[in-house]
Amino acid sequence: MSHVAGPNADNLRRDALIERLALFSLTGPALLLVATVMLVPVGWLFWLSFLNDAGGFSPEHYLRMLSQPSYERAFRATFEISFTTTAICILLGYPLAYVLSQLPRRAANICMIAVMLPFWTSLLVRTYAWLVLLQRQGIINTWGIKLGLWDAPLALVHNLNGTLIGMVHIMLPFLVLPVYASMRAIDADYLKAAANLGASPTRAFWLVFLPLSLPGLLAGALIVFILCLGFYVTPAVLGGGKITMVANRIATDIELFFNWGAASSLGVVLFILTVMILYVASRLVRLERLLGGGDA
Amino acid sequence: MEWLGRAATDTQITHGRRLWLYVLAGLILLFLVLPTVIVIPMSFSESQYLEFPPQEWSLRWYRNYFNSTAWMQATATSFKAGILTMIFATIMGTMAAYGLHNARIRFSGLIFGILLTPIIVPVILVGIGVFYVYVKIKLVNSMIGIVLAHSMLAIPIVMMVVSSALKSFDMNQELVARSLGASRVRAFFIVTLPQIRFSVVSGAILAFLTSFDEVIVSLFVSGGHNSTLTRNMFNALRDQIDPTIAAISTLVVILTSFLLAISQIFGKKTDQ
Amino acid sequence: MTRDAALPIAVRQLTKSYGTVRVLDAVDLDVHRGEFLTLLGPSGSGKTTLLMMLAGFVRPDCGSITFGEREVIRLEPHKRDVGMVFQNYALFPHMDVAANIAFPLKLRGVDRVETAKRVEQALELVKLGGYGARRIDQLSGGQRQRIALARAIVFEPRILLMDEPLSALDKQLREHMQIELRQLHERLGMTTVYVTHDQREALTMSDRIAVIDQGSIRQIDTPKTIYERPNNRFVAEFIGESTFVKVDVTSSGCTFNGTPLSLAAQPPQTGPHYLMIRPERLAILQRDPADDVNVLPAIVTAAIYQGDSVLVHASLSDGTMVSVRASASSQAPLVGAHLNLGLNATDTYLLPPEEGVQ
Repeated sequence: MSHVAGPNADNLRRDALIERLALFSLTGPALLLVATVMLVPVGWLFWLSFLNDAGGFSPEHYLRMLSQPSYERAFRATFEISFTTTAICILLGYPLAYVLSQLPRRAANICMIAVMLPFWTSLLVRTYAWLVLLQRQGIINTWGIKLGLWDAPLALVHNLNGTLIGMVHIMLPFLVLPVYASMRAIDADYLKAAANLGASPTRAFWLVFLPLSLPGLLAGALIVFILCLGFYVTPAVLGGGKITMVANRIATDIELFFNWGAASSLGVVLFILTVMILYVASRLVRLERLLGGGDA
Repeated sequence: MEWLGRAATDTQITHGRRLWLYVLAGLILLFLVLPTVIVIPMSFSESQYLEFPPQEWSLRWYRNYFNSTAWMQATATSFKAGILTMIFATIMGTMAAYGLHNARIRFSGLIFGILLTPIIVPVILVGIGVFYVYVKIKLVNSMIGIVLAHSMLAIPIVMMVVSSALKSFDMNQELVARSLGASRVRAFFIVTLPQIRFSVVSGAILAFLTSFDEVIVSLFVSGGHNSTLTRNMFNALRDQIDPTIAAISTLVVILTSFLLAISQIFGKKTDQ
Repeated sequence: MTRDAALPIAVRQLTKSYGTVRVLDAVDLDVHRGEFLTLLGPSGSGKTTLLMMLAGFVRPDCGSITFGEREVIRLEPHKRDVGMVFQNYALFPHMDVAANIAFPLKLRGVDRVETAKRVEQALELVKLGGYGARRIDQLSGGQRQRIALARAIVFEPRILLMDEPLSALDKQLREHMQIELRQLHERLGMTTVYVTHDQREALTMSDRIAVIDQGSIRQIDTPKTIYERPNNRFVAEFIGESTFVKVDVTSSGCTFNGTPLSLAAQPPQTGPHYLMIRPERLAILQRDPADDVNVLPAIVTAAIYQGDSVLVHASLSDGTMVSVRASASSQAPLVGAHLNLGLNATDTYLLPPEEGVQ
């Protein structure tokens, strides 16, 4: 800041500083809370991950992660489940978002309630609902047998199938919302122009509408993927102990083995993965804007 | 049925040709809503296997719930934590949103980012981290500990809701109020707050739900006398499919729907 | 309120920079007691910033502002006791009209009976008597503007600040309100500082106009002086239309492109000068002019019918383009025709070279 000399310059500068500090202090309590309850504990964990049992600095926890197959299995399961869930969500969520975006506002708002209600209903309640629905004596099996679709009760829960079904159900709104928003923002004139220039409705969709909706789709898919990476509750309940994702592994390391070093190193890796993907996502989304050139 | 022949979009594709799409979307919507809702009638089933439709109707699971001291204590804990979180997070979050909106500091973007980290950091990490620190300072299984952790998780949500309300608020009104003789603080309370109060209420309700429904951190941090409802439910789920949880779920769904309806009604009013 | 109760404003060395951009450059300004002063300038000139500093919403880097005897530069806005009208009125939508106007009175602890009385008085002053119970969203743009005004004056401030209050109104309403505002000012007599970019508005309403550009005041004078005797090219071009032609001044007289000119007064210096030509001072000569009328030959380049007149573009002997209006009833000149344009000696106004440069 240039040094201004003139009447009252020093006093005015002091007044400006005081005002800025006063406004900034409004954020003080929130910052203090987040710093003490989030940054300190998580930072401590980062620190812990580099300490061996004797208290000395060592990368042994990370090395163990690379060598022990159980960790590798946890990571592989996590990525596979996350990819699969994201893919299914895209397959189901895109058409739903499309239909909603084509409805008149009032009808769309009513249907959005149907999307938002599960979104805000307790995760536990929804997971439990699937537990009940998918069990051997649950209604899906009972009705499947009654309708003659299959003969013996299918094992739909306490395994990968149940976990996937549950996770897709939880994650679907996270995909539908951003895709819906980006679809709503697409100017109807683009489609008119495409039709006028000779594109059939199907081609107009593939060549014009779909590319323009991709940024929203990308955003939604990334959100879902990142959330899946760190997921704990649904795999724990619907997996029946057979599904171990990274978060489950971290929890058992603490609850059963009190192995803070292992748990914290796993957590650090998970965190870094999340940040990396977010970073890549932010570059990709900007790139999409440049390439897609959706909004002028 | 002539509706089927009408055009759906400007590209003149008819509804009839897209019928499969509508059916698909309807099924997906059903998939989204049904599980949440179906728990309600099932909770009145007499059978332990929670039939649908219930062959025998009964309130036994509800009686189980209301008669159990453990469940009642957990419910009380969750409500207490939820309300306290709602108060703290709303006040701190609103103050932070207002302060960042008005202060022209270079770092306000950074600070906003810091205050959003609770959403970005994987919850399991937060859970074990907070547990670790709480063990050291003896805050495990305490109401204060739970409320502090939940408030930290709820602040970003309150901040985002209030921030967007402030962005569409005409700050000139605060300036006018100050030119007419109101101090900054008075101007905020007489002019600004009444006009963003709908968003603040929305944020408060979301803060309550964030705390009430929170599972992972509560798993580690709550316990003993101060075990949350979610913690008890989760532990019960891992053991066996206790049908009492169906009754609890129903009550939770009703509570959530009710609160969401309120916040939606409030939310609509801001679109003036 | 009488003019004696109004306060003079003294601004000294007011400076403000945002990074490398100097928004206000050591501005000095005196506003007389009870005067209606307009700050006129293009967008980005600093006029609104200056007004905001008078109100206390923007803090300068250095400088002094006094209201009467009182130094107010460090005083918070709510203690400055000035009335302010914003461009978008900023009425409180969650209160009705009466509550809006009563707002400053309530803050000052005026009792309910007195408040009601003064609110009604203010409404009468802006010709909206009885509107107290209306809601803000029931009012038209012009009505809102008047309520904003009523709110700003109800507590009898001794200084009134207005930031382009009429710019959101349509043309007819704006011109009507300009006159009303002026009349209100005559009646109440408070010192008023008015910001606008519309030069016609400034000429209509002001006692004096301060023309601002890029953070400095280029000229402060009465509307007539500013229009007829601008100090520099910026002011001349910002107010009214004008064309500048280069002329040469010698001890014996003045010539334009070789042709001798009669001037209103001999300029103090010799050498090249700029002659300011206002289109309305040019006339298309039909016959030989009188002695003190300068004749400027020109060739018509365009003649555009505009309903009430014909706008004629012509090029002078040195190539400069001028425009002049001819009455629509007479024969419109053809393109390429030779014309004689007449400029009265008394209408000649010269700027010295350094002021004539853009």
